Amino acid sequence: MSPRFEVGASVRVRNVSPPGHLRTPFYIRGCQGVVERICGPYRNPEELAYGNRQADRVPLYRVRFAQHHIWPDYYGPEQDTVDVELYEFWLEPTSENAHAA
Amino acid sequence: MRDELGRPFTVLTLSLAQPCLMSEPFPERSHHDLGGLPAGPIPQGEHDYALWEKRVDALMVLLTKPDQELMTVDQLRKGIESLPPDAYDRMSYYERWIYSITQALQHNGVITTTELGQKLEELQRRPASSGEPT
Repeated sequence: MSPRFEVGASVRVRNVSPPGHLRTPFYIRGCQGVVERICGPYRNPEELAYGNRQADRVPLYRVRFAQHHIWPDYYGPEQDTVDVELYEFWLEPTSENAHAA
Repeated sequence: MRDELGRPFTVLTLSLAQPCLMSEPFPERSHHDLGGLPAGPIPQGEHDYALWEKRVDALMVLLTKPDQELMTVDQLRKGIESLPPDAYDRMSYYERWIYSITQALQHNGVITTTELGQKLEELQRRPASSGEPT
């Protein structure tokens, strides 16, 4: 499975919370960031958690977010960022990123 | 969907003529998912681990060896997250681990509940010890 997003692509984290084993922390759901790197393909941990050893390999990304976008009351420097590793099925392209495959 | 007070709720339509409102919607944030919540200062010192805690850690290393994997680290995480909130808060780090390992090994058919019960009975018959190796 080739990665859908390139380094530098603008992405939004899906804002869903289905009951299950979710590998995306609550605080980052719905936030917009930029792909910092493609970490590689890994078996889907949300299926491995239920014992499916043959879960598909899916691209994992490291996505960079601006701290002051995530926390309304963030008091650190404007340029502060946080990187979160997210699986591709948690990400969708933003309108700034219409060229995404 | 949200009610008039802004509380989230889920509408189940299924085949019912009338939508059915769940009185307790699934929580959007799981109890274990603490990122961003207020917290006190972080203890910076080293922890002093008990022997049993080191054994639980070693057990997990052996159970997840790629060549003879008996459970996955994802199963460990899921089992811990599945603890009821009050149990999650009350249990120590490695107590949560061994609870989850026990559940996963039974789910995967590595051990049975009967075997586990027999072993626990056997241990109860042993004279009390410190748990240190002799």
